[in-house]
Amino acid sequence: MMWPAAKALMARDLLLLWRRRGDALQPALFALLVVVLFALALGGEAQALAKVASAVLWLAMLLAGLLSLDTLFRGDAEDGSLEQWMLAPVPLAWLVLVRTFMHWATTALPLLVATPFLGELLHLPHDQLPVLLAALALGTPLLSLLGAVVAALTVGMRRSGILVALLALPLYVPVLVFGAGSVSAAAQGLDPIGALLLLAAGLVLALVLAPLAAAAAIRIALS
Amino acid sequence: MSEHPSTAPPLLAARGLRFARNEAPVFGPLDFAVDAGEALLVQGDNGAGKTTLLRVLAGLLQADAGAIDIDGHPAKTSLRSRAIAYLGHLPALKADLSALENLNFLCGLHGRRRGQTPVSALGIVGLAGHEDTLARQLSAGQKKRLTLARLWLAPAPLWLLDEPYANLDLDGINLVNRMVQAHLRSGGAALLTTHGAYAAPPVRTRMLTLERPA
Repeated sequence: MMWPAAKALMARDLLLLWRRRGDALQPALFALLVVVLFALALGGEAQALAKVASAVLWLAMLLAGLLSLDTLFRGDAEDGSLEQWMLAPVPLAWLVLVRTFMHWATTALPLLVATPFLGELLHLPHDQLPVLLAALALGTPLLSLLGAVVAALTVGMRRSGILVALLALPLYVPVLVFGAGSVSAAAQGLDPIGALLLLAAGLVLALVLAPLAAAAAIRIALS
Repeated sequence: MSEHPSTAPPLLAARGLRFARNEAPVFGPLDFAVDAGEALLVQGDNGAGKTTLLRVLAGLLQADAGAIDIDGHPAKTSLRSRAIAYLGHLPALKADLSALENLNFLCGLHGRRRGQTPVSALGIVGLAGHEDTLARQLSAGQKKRLTLARLWLAPAPLWLLDEPYANLDLDGINLVNRMVQAHLRSGGAALLTTHGAYAAPPVRTRMLTLERPA
């Protein structure tokens, strides 16, 4: 029962994404915009750019994820889909996990693939790229999971744009600190593995706990 | 109500069911039971708590007091999700998916009644030929029919129908009645809320009238 439900939900989300592909491109375009504007603002100085490249890429990913966070459950809450999710014979937390995975796969994953090109745009030193990719691969799903809890907490509210950002940012800060920190450690010739392992630990913890917390929040919001 | 199937426990039974919102009582205490093959017509004015009662029975809201039994067992979440199909005010349809895609997703979520397919269900509710129509292009009545198709596909024996006649034409009202009749004949049961203006389905029916608490 768990897999058919997950497959049905994934197929639905992909179809919806395709039907509204203009909206779906928004986070990616936003991230691209941040990166390009940064490159322009710093005047294309290769050395200045190289210093901040990894931090800019991290910020672009984080803000792009934040931008699409509010839509994670809102549409499904408004048309009653979440009610049917709650009544389905599969755990709500499972559906929340699948939905969050799809959110990550459609917003963060394309950017992750584009990171080497964006890095080139910012003159990111090539030896930093593997560490940056590893940190982003661990960090962005963690951001999505934390974001799911925040989105679930605010799903009962009519308008929650700024509230989502306010609630999410303190949760995002540690991820950003360790994620960007691992790359700058590597840049200084230090071992980045400690920060990466902490990110991985956080990801494992969030994989287990965040769907449960988000499901509980949805139940409260809809009652 | 003769020839009662005596020994089997009722499909749904509520004892002393009570619900209050912010200390203000909404309904109850209520006692009622529905056997397989029966319909329970929940009547009451606007604001009498019909929708709230159905949401409590479905498990979307927590009752303040009382017990709900399904088939003689206390209604736990796992039992509820297998036994209950809920048709609420919100259609649970995605506007950007076609009728068939909407049904396919909901079938994947809830499972499917044996021998039924989304295409055949669309035919039953009179939406044949609209398989590829986006839900946003359907009229309010057609959307209602689409949610009825979803209900028809659900494998659950107990139907909780909140205002199933809303938005439907005469033909649609007959359709609801025929569906309820067929469902009851196959051993299911149904709870219907209505504010009393429509003809009830021609089946063995119990009545429950809710009154707005003073």
